[in-house]
Amino acid sequence: MANNLEDYKIHTSKFSLITSRVFSYIFLAFVTFLSLFPFYLMIINSTRSNAQLQAGFEILPKEHFIDNLITAWNDTSIFFLPQGLLNSFIVAACTCLLGTYFSALTAYGICVYDFKGKNLAHKFIILVMMIPTQVSALGFVQIVNNLNLTNTYWPLIIPAIAAPATYFYMKQYIDSTLPLEIVEAARVDGSNEFRTFNTICMPILRPAMAVQMIFAFVASWNNFFTPALILDKKEIITLPIMLSIVRSRINSQAGDMGEVYMIILLAIIPVVIVYLFLSRFIIKGVTLGAVKG
Amino acid sequence: MNSKKHKSISYAKWGYAFIAPFFIVYTLCSLVPLFMTFYNSFFENYMDGLKQIGPNFVGLDNYISLFTVSNNGTIDILVYTSNTIIMWLMGAIPQIVFALLLAVIFTSARMRIKGQQFFKTVIYMPNLIMASAFSMLFFTLFSNVGPINQIIQAMGGEVFMFFNNEWSARTIIAFINFLMWFGNTTILLMAGIMGIDQSLFEAASIDGANSRQVFFKITLPLLMPIIVYVLITALIGGLQMFDVPQIISAGLGTPNRTTMTLVMYLNRFIGTSKNYGMAGAVSLVLFVITGLLSIIVFKSLIPSDKKKKKGGK
Repeated sequence: MANNLEDYKIHTSKFSLITSRVFSYIFLAFVTFLSLFPFYLMIINSTRSNAQLQAGFEILPKEHFIDNLITAWNDTSIFFLPQGLLNSFIVAACTCLLGTYFSALTAYGICVYDFKGKNLAHKFIILVMMIPTQVSALGFVQIVNNLNLTNTYWPLIIPAIAAPATYFYMKQYIDSTLPLEIVEAARVDGSNEFRTFNTICMPILRPAMAVQMIFAFVASWNNFFTPALILDKKEIITLPIMLSIVRSRINSQAGDMGEVYMIILLAIIPVVIVYLFLSRFIIKGVTLGAVKG
Repeated sequence: MNSKKHKSISYAKWGYAFIAPFFIVYTLCSLVPLFMTFYNSFFENYMDGLKQIGPNFVGLDNYISLFTVSNNGTIDILVYTSNTIIMWLMGAIPQIVFALLLAVIFTSARMRIKGQQFFKTVIYMPNLIMASAFSMLFFTLFSNVGPINQIIQAMGGEVFMFFNNEWSARTIIAFINFLMWFGNTTILLMAGIMGIDQSLFEAASIDGANSRQVFFKITLPLLMPIIVYVLITALIGGLQMFDVPQIISAGLGTPNRTTMTLVMYLNRFIGTSKNYGMAGAVSLVLFVITGLLSIIVFKSLIPSDKKKKKGGK
């Protein structure tokens, strides 16, 4: 009797395990399809000529990839795409280097030293972490106008030095990984405090800083709101602004759609490549940065 | 204890030096602009054609006109706030449901799903993609001559103008936001589930609880603080919704301003119409809403710090 019951239990639990596994894999396949389908369509469509695109939808790639690439690359009618890639890269690279370094420096200062107002400083940064940049955008644009800094990259790069989210992440990482004895030992050896940070502590923080650099780079590469208020010159604008121009051009006239898909592809591809190489670290970084404790 | 105090005195100035760049830049690039923005909201300051009006002090007039019925016959800011929240909800609800399901699937010790790294990589990928490029892509996909309409026509249907219909336009915008953020939420919730004491799950399975009972009686209640955290941060992000509807509707909030969000409204005042007084007032409204929400997040972050200090080394 008892044996039968046990058998029954094991049998049903095995059955339910199999059904839930099947359900899970079907769900995962569906989600994978959702996530990858836009990329698939984009890549296929960037290989087709405008005429082919007008003719109808097709599943397989065509032979016009290089043609579209050349058209998109050389089109100077409203902007110059290679210049945009370079502009976006310059801004993103400066932003991520400055932001990560100075935010790590701040986190280190608050973790390692005891000084008056240290807790207040920490609380202040956490409090302002959630305030959206859009809220102070008007005042910021006025300052930029008054200093004649429109159509330069300074207003995009300098504010990155104060990155509250990066600070928060680095603070947590330093609290859990950096042994203060190292700092003490460096002091005994007569190392200056900045040198201690740059040459002894930074190598320990490298994994966390790398993750934050990736996030900062991507955020800057994709940033649209602030650059759109500050940049409007053809030679200066970054990729998201170019895309908004492409979008408004479609409203007024039918352009070469093959070229449009190619521009989208080129705007996305650098980040995708970086991501595919570093996805493991990036996904780990998401968890470490946002969840407390 | 004594020696520590001694050291802290001699090195304190270094602490200030290390945090100085951050605070100086934050003050100049965020705090001062923030106050300037609020200051602007009390002035009449805009371009009427080529003529500059103001700045003249007008007290609360900008706020009053922000909350009075406009030429459109509606109180615009309320319409745009509700647009923002509707589109956010349309994306956020499926986002949380999908993320919860995925997090449970990934963390299930019984199922031992294979290829986890692959699936996680794939679902997180849309989050890194430029929102403007993603929106541009969806705009071309769903346009009247785009692939989706070509498929509809190939199956004998009529062309459906996705961007001329309020709900299909909103759905596409919400779907893009959903697609961009569900992977991120999944990873956060997974970390939350893995933080739950494993012995609770073991005890439940010994007592004969089925997986539904385990989910509703153990996982979900213990995960609630993290779900709340995720929801509030998502709401703060949602209130800033800009890139996607801006690109999809070319900044117009078409059809009939039903996809116009708060930040698009703000962007129009700062960028297009240069009405700095009204821009300031919209900013303050946005600030108050996010400020209230932030305080909740702030409260949930600070006590956990204290706990850690007590329990830690």
